[in-house]
Amino acid sequence: MFLFFKKSCVYLAAMFSSVVLLAGLSSMALAEKKDEKKKESQAAAGATLASVKKAGFLKCGVSQGLPGFSSTDAKNNWTGLDVDFCRAVAAAVFNDPTKVKFTPTSAKERFTALQSGEVDLLSRNTTWTASRDTALGFDFAGVTYYDGQGFLVPKKMKITSAKQLEGATVCVQTGTTTELNLADYFKSNNMKYKHVAFETNDEVIKAYEAGRCDAFTTDRSGLYSTRTKMKKPNDHMVLGDVISKEPLGPVVRHGDNQWGDIARWTVYVLVEAEELGVTQGNVDAQKKSTKNPVVRRLLGLDGELGNKLGLDNSWSYQVLKHVGNYAEVFERNLGMSTNLKIERGLNALWSAGGLMYAMPIR
Amino acid sequence: MNSPPLSQRTSVLGWLKQNLFATPLDSIITVVSSLILIMLLPPLFEWLLFDADFIGSTKDDCDLNGACWVFIKERLVQITYGFYPYEELWRVNLSFLVVGIGIFASLTGRLGSQSIWLALTSTVIPIGAWFVLRGDILGFSEVETAKWGGLMVTLIISFVGISFSLPLGVALALARRSSLPILRLLSTIFIESWRGVPLITVLFMSSVLFPIFLPPDWQMDKLLRALFGVLFFASAYMAEVVRGGLQAIPKGQEEAANALALSYFQKQRYIVLPQALKYVIPGITNVFISLLKDTTLVSIISMYDLLGIVQSANSDPEWPGLATEGYVFVGLIFWIICFGLSRYSMSIEKKQNLKPR
Repeated sequence: MFLFFKKSCVYLAAMFSSVVLLAGLSSMALAEKKDEKKKESQAAAGATLASVKKAGFLKCGVSQGLPGFSSTDAKNNWTGLDVDFCRAVAAAVFNDPTKVKFTPTSAKERFTALQSGEVDLLSRNTTWTASRDTALGFDFAGVTYYDGQGFLVPKKMKITSAKQLEGATVCVQTGTTTELNLADYFKSNNMKYKHVAFETNDEVIKAYEAGRCDAFTTDRSGLYSTRTKMKKPNDHMVLGDVISKEPLGPVVRHGDNQWGDIARWTVYVLVEAEELGVTQGNVDAQKKSTKNPVVRRLLGLDGELGNKLGLDNSWSYQVLKHVGNYAEVFERNLGMSTNLKIERGLNALWSAGGLMYAMPIR
Repeated sequence: MNSPPLSQRTSVLGWLKQNLFATPLDSIITVVSSLILIMLLPPLFEWLLFDADFIGSTKDDCDLNGACWVFIKERLVQITYGFYPYEELWRVNLSFLVVGIGIFASLTGRLGSQSIWLALTSTVIPIGAWFVLRGDILGFSEVETAKWGGLMVTLIISFVGISFSLPLGVALALARRSSLPILRLLSTIFIESWRGVPLITVLFMSSVLFPIFLPPDWQMDKLLRALFGVLFFASAYMAEVVRGGLQAIPKGQEEAANALALSYFQKQRYIVLPQALKYVIPGITNVFISLLKDTTLVSIISMYDLLGIVQSANSDPEWPGLATEGYVFVGLIFWIICFGLSRYSMSIEKKQNLKPR
């Protein structure tokens, strides 16, 4: 008995020490690798564009499926706002919006995919936060969609503002920041409410449809896509109030400023074109005949912006020709002609009461 | 057919009384459960079949009183093959046909020598199928594994896991019971470390961490990495199942084999393993079935397996709100495959029990 005990002790000790040894070795290797990677990415100004050009296509990380942002139809075609942004960058680099390899990434995997270089650009409804920008080593290229938490209510309640929700029962998904934002909002407005929390989003929808609560809260883009799933979508409306900030935008690796600039100015070209009324349809005519110096600069007829980015000087023309301006992208994927029927709201131009504002292109 | 003895032959009423209403408690249980069935079944079948829509091509063709199977019908190709290009689908069909023939031949022995087929199906055929599917060789155009999906990926992962984990598991189990201490130690470490982590961790490591270990210019396909992860994970479980069978063999069997001067491998091949594996057929089937269902976890590393592809189809704004149809369909396919596996293992058990020892 004692012998047996002694023997197993020796084995356990041997096993344990070998596991520790292995773990130690591998973590050392990992640490070294990390240092190398860091150095690489720090020194890698211009490397991303070069590798994209060499590969002949853009590796773009998108969501595994979010209506209106990225999804696939039955014929395997990708559609959505995030998807169209990938195409815009591909059009800027290659003058061909089809030169994109879409890599669906899960919420957990998206950042490692970008860090490891599995994707060159992450266009995946990612909220711009300070910690992601700094600690994770990324740069946000801009905001392509201003999201925020809102409320969905039945039209028959006849209310127009969230301020009228005093005493209401609100359905919410448990354990999300949504729940905390909800509590903050009602507390700061000195209103009472009851909340009914559920584990999954599908359960919340079912409960709301069954009339267990007066309102349903989550991010507004989510509310719109949820509404399309209901039996009678037109009996429900999304209130205008936005109670949290969720700016969604494309992300690139920190350190390669040239690539970051390309992504950033692609966003601004889309918005600026809307402001100047340059569309997919009239961009050719504008290019031929326009005398407006702002439009000429936008289309790369004057100035050297494209060359300074390391691209062809007609890069912005290519973007607009192949993808269209921001309004067209928005309408095509999210707007009134789609099932989602999302109003521009915060995503309207600054001159129309929204937040979309392009830095001057000159 | 033998008819039962007279004492057991009863009328319908007698059968009912004996099986459903023998005691008051039995009667209550029978009545309550039939009430529940009466309440549940008609609406279920109405939704599944009678009120369901099968014809059409858009969501507007569904009146939504019942299931909208048009959704599944429109996406059947995608659900089966993922994003594999349409014009190349014959490659998938061909590969699966050849692998299917290989499996059939090695299991039944109807197409010639079973052991030759077994050798082919576990080496040349899957490797060949990989290159045909992957392309970029012999004039086949490249179809990167990111485009593979749906039922195809589920079957590939299950096939690799199932067909390679058994031999690997047997080898590990033998090694763990070996008298050579280093071999025993290595096998124990392997088994315990793979069994000690959840599959989801293994997949995540294979997808995210493993590429960091590799030299920068080495590229290993993501699906291939996941396949190895699943394989090692399954074989660790398999090894313990097989070891259970090995321990059930009486010591006398081995001693008798020693007395006949059989070599180690002859002993295992002819005396120990045939008996041991027979004992653990239910355990092996269990590992296979749970492996098959665990393949759905690959969606965490953004691969579209059968479940993942249906989930992604749910996010198509043209087809909102049809999640239930998708999940029911996927559940049905999984059930059919798992039930098939379980029936097959039962038929093997029967056959084995008829054989004299």
